[in-house]
Amino acid sequence: MFITPALWLAAGALGVAGVSLGVDPVRSLVHENGTMALRMLVATLAITPLRQLTGHSDLLRLRRMLGLFAFFYALLHLSSWVVFDQGMDLQMILSEVVKRPYLLVGLSAVLLMLPLALTSTTAAQRWLKRRWTQLHRLTYVIAVLAVWHFWWQVKKDLREPIAYAVIVAVLLGWRVWKRPRAAKARSAPATTQGTA
Amino acid sequence: MAHKSASIILPSEITSEALFHDRRAVLAMGLAGAALGAATPLTALADIPAERYKAARNARLSVTETANTFEEISGYNNFYEFGTDKSDPAANSRNFKPLPWNVTVDGECEVKGKFALEDLLAPQTLEERVYRMRCVEAWSMVIPWVGFPFAELLKRHKPTSKAKYVAFTTLNDPKQMPGQRERVLDWPYVEGLRMDEAMNPLTLLAVGVYGKALPNQCGAPLRLVVPWKYGFKGIKSIVRISFVEQQPRTSWSHAAPNEYGFYANVNPAVDHPRWSQATERRIGGSLLARRQATLPFNGYADQVADLYKGMDLRRNF
Ligand code: HEM
Repeated sequence: MFITPALWLAAGALGVAGVSLGVDPVRSLVHENGTMALRMLVATLAITPLRQLTGHSDLLRLRRMLGLFAFFYALLHLSSWVVFDQGMDLQMILSEVVKRPYLLVGLSAVLLMLPLALTSTTAAQRWLKRRWTQLHRLTYVIAVLAVWHFWWQVKKDLREPIAYAVIVAVLLGWRVWKRPRAAKARSAPATTQGTA
Repeated sequence: MAHKSASIILPSEITSEALFHDRRAVLAMGLAGAALGAATPLTALADIPAERYKAARNARLSVTETANTFEEISGYNNFYEFGTDKSDPAANSRNFKPLPWNVTVDGECEVKGKFALEDLLAPQTLEERVYRMRCVEAWSMVIPWVGFPFAELLKRHKPTSKAKYVAFTTLNDPKQMPGQRERVLDWPYVEGLRMDEAMNPLTLLAVGVYGKALPNQCGAPLRLVVPWKYGFKGIKSIVRISFVEQQPRTSWSHAAPNEYGFYANVNPAVDHPRWSQATERRIGGSLLARRQATLPFNGYADQVADLYKGMDLRRNF
């Protein structure tokens, strides 16, 4: 289900199955993949509050998949820009990233996602224990960078980035608000796992 | 129609301004309206015949590059009055009524008033001009416009020596233009040119594209085309043209003065803060098409560079 947009974009890019990416396919690819990356990121952050509200702990398994999809779409977004928009002109890409802070912010977000994707396995989780939870709190930073990047690239109409900023603020605010209780509960065993 | 050549009447023949501001009042006056004879620039509401748009190409002022398709030109637009996404204007402008249309010409000129579009067009010879269009967002198209030189309109309205700039205004009608219900920009959209820019033979008032009337999403029924400037200078759905003494306010430079200037000449050497202007992506190319170099003044340097002699184009971006 989360792969559908990617399949649709791939069909459009290859011009098969009657899918069209519109008048400007390059822009569509950058736009749709970036939007999906952000949505998946927000969905990842929504799991913990949802679990706490509903008590469904199997939501945790969904979280890993959502996080990996966020990374997947971020990579597609980045490569659409590198390959189709910039035509793989490395010199230009470098100078663009250095000159445009919104690109640097986006790139930081993708780079920070890399260690999280690499340690997303259950084995890594067992191996890193408490440190896994700490490491995966980077998601908060990534989400802020992603919204910041989105906000910064808008020409004038800020309604969408504002909406995402509010959602991310609520999701992070929830964690701050829940914190005293989590701290109190910490004396009891096995509660810190998976609060990231 | 009693008065085809509305724009050559003298100001002395024109009745009071107030009368022109209410078209219905004029029409309701019936006989009185008829009695105004050649004096009133408002004629019966005649649609513009389709053949008018089938204009001969001005080859001298046209580029030979392959034009973008009608679908591309009419499906990918920045026209915030109908929404901020590039597909919004096509989707949200269906109920827009481009005719009947009146244009107010006023300010520092002798022949002012409110004119029906038919009357403004009547004395003009329409021509096709295939121009490059470079958006400030670093993409471009090639478009076969149909229109007439702004200089021809200007002549008929006899600007005075005080006229240093021309200010343009787009229709402000949130009922028809849903994008105006959000304050994304300070409505109505306004643009402007220096007098010598406005008089340059390249400066076009377009009413059509591909031999047909402009689709609503392209700025129907009357828009400006200034091919050596970024696309946002090409104000759409114009309702007012004013000759003024001071440099007029322009929407984008007002919204973000550090990003968009009054001149907005296409200039590969001056970047937008968020994107390079050195190259552009031509719409309609394959996914793997290379970006192409952006030319100074969008390739029209021979015709317009003289206008800016001695000016610092980095400061006057
Ligand atoms: C987690 C990482 C990222 C996320 C969530 C993200 C998200 C987004 C979103 C939502 C948009 C707006 C799409 C639109 O409405 O058009 C966008 C635009 C864009 N992003 Fe990213 N992005 C990320 C990383 C990057 C990276 C690494 C680059 C390149 C170095 C990049 C380059 C761009 C470009 C070029 C645009 C379009 C700007 C324009 O149209 O002017 N992004 N991104």
